[in-house]
Amino acid sequence: MCTTYSVTWYDTTTWYDSEEIREVDFLRPSSMAEALAAKAERPDAVPIAGGTDVMVELNFDRTRPDALLDLTGIAELAEWSDTGDGGIRLGAGVSYTRIITELGQRLPGLAMASRTVGSPQIRNRGTVGGNLGAASPAGDTHPVLLATGASVELASTRGLRTVPAEEFYVGVKRSVLAPDELITAVLLPGTTAPQQFSKIGTRNAMVIAVCSFAIALHPEQAATGNSTVGTGIGSAGPTPLRATEAERFLTAELANADQWTSPRALDDSVRRRFGDLVAAAASPIDDVRGSAAYRRHALAVLARRTLGWAWWDYCLERTSRCA
Amino acid sequence: MTSPTGTVPTRTAEATTGRASGGVGDSPQRPDGALKVRGEFAYSSDAWHEDMLWGTTLRSPYAHARIVSIDITEALRVPGVYAVLTHADVPGANLHGLERQDQPVLAVDVVRYHGEPVALVAADHPETARRAMRRIEVGYEVLPPVSDAEQAVHGDVPALHPGGNVVRHVRVVRGDQDATADVVVRGEYQVGMQDQAFLGPESGLAMPAEDGGVDLFVATQWLHVDQQQVCIALGLPPDKVRITLAGVGGAFGGREDLSIQVHACLLALHTGKPVKMVYNREESFYGHVHRHPATLYYEHGATHEGKLVYVRSRIYLDGGAYTSSTPAVVGNAATLGVGPYDVDNVTIDCWGAYTTNPPCGAMRGFGAVQAAFAYESQMDKLAEALGLDPVEVRLRNAMSEGSVMPTGQVVDSPAPVAELLRLVRDRSLPTNGHGESVDLRAMPGGVSNTTHAENVVRGVGYALGVKNICFSEGFDDYSTARLRLQVVGGEPAVEVHTAAVEVGQGLVTIEQQIVRTELGVERVTLRPADTTIDSAGGTSASRQTYMTGGAVLAACRAVRDRVFALARAKLGPEPTGLSLVGGKIVAATGGVLADLVDVLGGNVIDETVQWRHRPTTELDPETGQGFAHVQYGFAAHRAVVDVDVELGLVKVVELACAQDVGRAMNPKALLGQIHGGSTQGLGLAVMEEIQVSDGLIRNPSFTDYLIPTILDTPPMPVDVLELADPHAPYGLRGAGEPPAISSGPAVVAAIRAATGMALTRMPVRPEHITGTDH
Repeated sequence: MCTTYSVTWYDTTTWYDSEEIREVDFLRPSSMAEALAAKAERPDAVPIAGGTDVMVELNFDRTRPDALLDLTGIAELAEWSDTGDGGIRLGAGVSYTRIITELGQRLPGLAMASRTVGSPQIRNRGTVGGNLGAASPAGDTHPVLLATGASVELASTRGLRTVPAEEFYVGVKRSVLAPDELITAVLLPGTTAPQQFSKIGTRNAMVIAVCSFAIALHPEQAATGNSTVGTGIGSAGPTPLRATEAERFLTAELANADQWTSPRALDDSVRRRFGDLVAAAASPIDDVRGSAAYRRHALAVLARRTLGWAWWDYCLERTSRCA
Repeated sequence: MTSPTGTVPTRTAEATTGRASGGVGDSPQRPDGALKVRGEFAYSSDAWHEDMLWGTTLRSPYAHARIVSIDITEALRVPGVYAVLTHADVPGANLHGLERQDQPVLAVDVVRYHGEPVALVAADHPETARRAMRRIEVGYEVLPPVSDAEQAVHGDVPALHPGGNVVRHVRVVRGDQDATADVVVRGEYQVGMQDQAFLGPESGLAMPAEDGGVDLFVATQWLHVDQQQVCIALGLPPDKVRITLAGVGGAFGGREDLSIQVHACLLALHTGKPVKMVYNREESFYGHVHRHPATLYYEHGATHEGKLVYVRSRIYLDGGAYTSSTPAVVGNAATLGVGPYDVDNVTIDCWGAYTTNPPCGAMRGFGAVQAAFAYESQMDKLAEALGLDPVEVRLRNAMSEGSVMPTGQVVDSPAPVAELLRLVRDRSLPTNGHGESVDLRAMPGGVSNTTHAENVVRGVGYALGVKNICFSEGFDDYSTARLRLQVVGGEPAVEVHTAAVEVGQGLVTIEQQIVRTELGVERVTLRPADTTIDSAGGTSASRQTYMTGGAVLAACRAVRDRVFALARAKLGPEPTGLSLVGGKIVAATGGVLADLVDVLGGNVIDETVQWRHRPTTELDPETGQGFAHVQYGFAAHRAVVDVDVELGLVKVVELACAQDVGRAMNPKALLGQIHGGSTQGLGLAVMEEIQVSDGLIRNPSFTDYLIPTILDTPPMPVDVLELADPHAPYGLRGAGEPPAISSGPAVVAAIRAATGMALTRMPVRPEHITGTDH
């Protein structure tokens, strides 16, 4: 069984009914099996990896769980590997910095989003698993996971399940993660097609998203009749969102014009329509970071621009006729 | 004074002993520089005593409410709690305040702002204190907020204080009040609530003493004004309240008002134990005053040739719940309200208002910052109306030495306004080369990948600013310095003692430099600043180099006279023109007379000098006329920005500054001040704002109160003029504030140039540029 340390702190939520000083268990599993067993036994234990979200909550006394489950001792969580079908299985504990440096070519969208996370210190600690665990609509990697068709691997002593990113988020900071489950990995399909991520903040670095957008082209799906364009919207709704209307519109446009086999520059009207549909898919609010109207406006611009960049890259790869 | 048994973060000997050999005009290393870079400097939040308790502050969750009951019973029952205090436990007057004592130490029957202190807890652990705090039951009857300063002044709203809601009204009238002009431009402008955003939160340690007094170690800006207020609140004489400066992590005006001072002392005296208080980041936003938000109405009249005929303005400054520095802020905005321009006919009305918004007080450039945004926006508008270049219209109206201010004060030292503007104008512009490959870091939006140069438009903007240096309007402004010269270990050494507060600006270095230059002694040690010596005045109004520098200079002269007297006694009648250089007594003719060490022998020369700048006068209450300011400081900025006009995101490409400092006492530190001030103004222009709605602060965190990162901070080329002010020590001109005044307006002007939009509010948000602010 995993090593347990006792830490003393004071509980917020149950304070009135209990002793003011309470022992808190700090669980340190050294293997996945230990971790899952611990989580099964203590579903109230809060997993902690980089700590960039959890420690803020603790330090500001917003939450005081009965137990913390330290995942940093589990080597496999901090690894990524090829899935065999060209995709990548990204351990939930791989830091943003490593995604940028080790997977920048193979997961371009995720790497772009990772570059916008916090400061270098935060990127050294923070993980995609943590982003998913917090499930904040402003999390930087969610739009990319939606756009690329990624899945989230959830494990418990009951077994393993894989949930498409689109089904993972269910509400503001809520997901399908069960109390006895841990996020173990993210499965990202392999691609050589262009991806883009773009985020609005009111300063030029180290800023939480006012809104964000990701696009991934899926030319390999042109023959299947499935959507050939993936999208993801961040920080403009209670959960990260897909812009399915926009995807459908663009999929049809590209198919009708036979763009995948002989790509040409996209009409401005197509890009604008795409942007408008993305904006329409969002349900933003007014808050301290920006107005709903601005978020909608900015999403239309981001969608139009990122589509332009991604399509331009696709053209460059296939032909030189886009110029 | 009781001797502390714990670690107390005053300046250590290592921190204050300068080994560098720099005098005035050099840039020696800061005595605390290495410690700060290594992370070893003891800030006030590092204060520790093995037997200490932790103090916390219960604050009002409402902007305006009547307190109907306070029940501390349950809080007192918590094991580990030593004290729970309310207003009833304040032994002296339950009031404090910088200019007027109108702010309760702990609220009595009403709270007037979100975050107002209501009760205190001391416990053996900070968490115990916080938990006990939550068990204090305060019954509130919520009252409607008074949120709008203009309404508070003129409207039909309840009076928040006995005298009504006007903190101060200053009217400055000069010349023909009915003047007319060929060209008239009008505008209404708004400035948001900026925060000082110092990085070291409010903190300190109070220790009860055996004599019934208290020793307080605290990060502040003016030890003696703290001491006065603590004495009033505790009902103790000054000799029972001893304050020592603890390491200060930035101030910018935000530490002029009290934070933990009285609270920590109250808890310490009540419990008989040392009490430490440290605000966290969120509490810090509630725990200090902010920059006054302002609404400004301006009308400028000019001839067809672009000469100003008149300026009329009404300025409303939101002082929030209590007085703080509002009277001085109003005085500055009113007297500096036309900017550094010659204009014969002036009507300025400036009001400071009480509201139920967070209290506003001192912040770098206060009063001048708000006015500058309006008058500089007006100058650009005038240029446009006249078809003139924005620089040209400013040059045609630039004031100079001999100019008459709207107060009637004749400016009697250099005022090279036109020259400063030409300096920034004549700099070559940064290249506008976004080539084939896009460097995101150079783009608006930065690494967030929002544009690859699409819709990016460059704009250039200019602004000038003026600030009064030192305390104004007849205030008895002085500083005190004590110097001890003696031989230590075979070499001459000077110990400097003042109560002047080092907040990071570099006064500690300046004090050493002055002594080295004046006494030719390299070894200069600074004693910790405390209240065992008389006041040095506040570290504010760009005044410490002028005032405490002046006091140290005067003390050096007194010490030197004593040395020369000793020399005469030992060496007989001396040749004329003695000086102290490199540890020697040197005659103007005849060279080295003696070693200072030999002349001093076992003597200790100990001189304390109190030094004042020349007096100023109060403003005439009807006309606002008077010799109100000691000195004026000027700066000019040119901002170059790239704006993503479709997304409303801004990248400041370059921010050039020219400033007259009279004398660059420490060129490297000066550059730091100019860069820092310029950046703070840039922050106000594009991102820094405490958002308040119905009196409630909505963004009390560094997640949502944004300050510039290195990617937001452009290259900042600087031109420094050194035109001596004959009235000032070394001819120097206070330098800390002017760069914070004109940089913001210059950045906004550049954004206007890029977007063609009016942009009458600072900070400019993406919503303003994209028309989505609803």
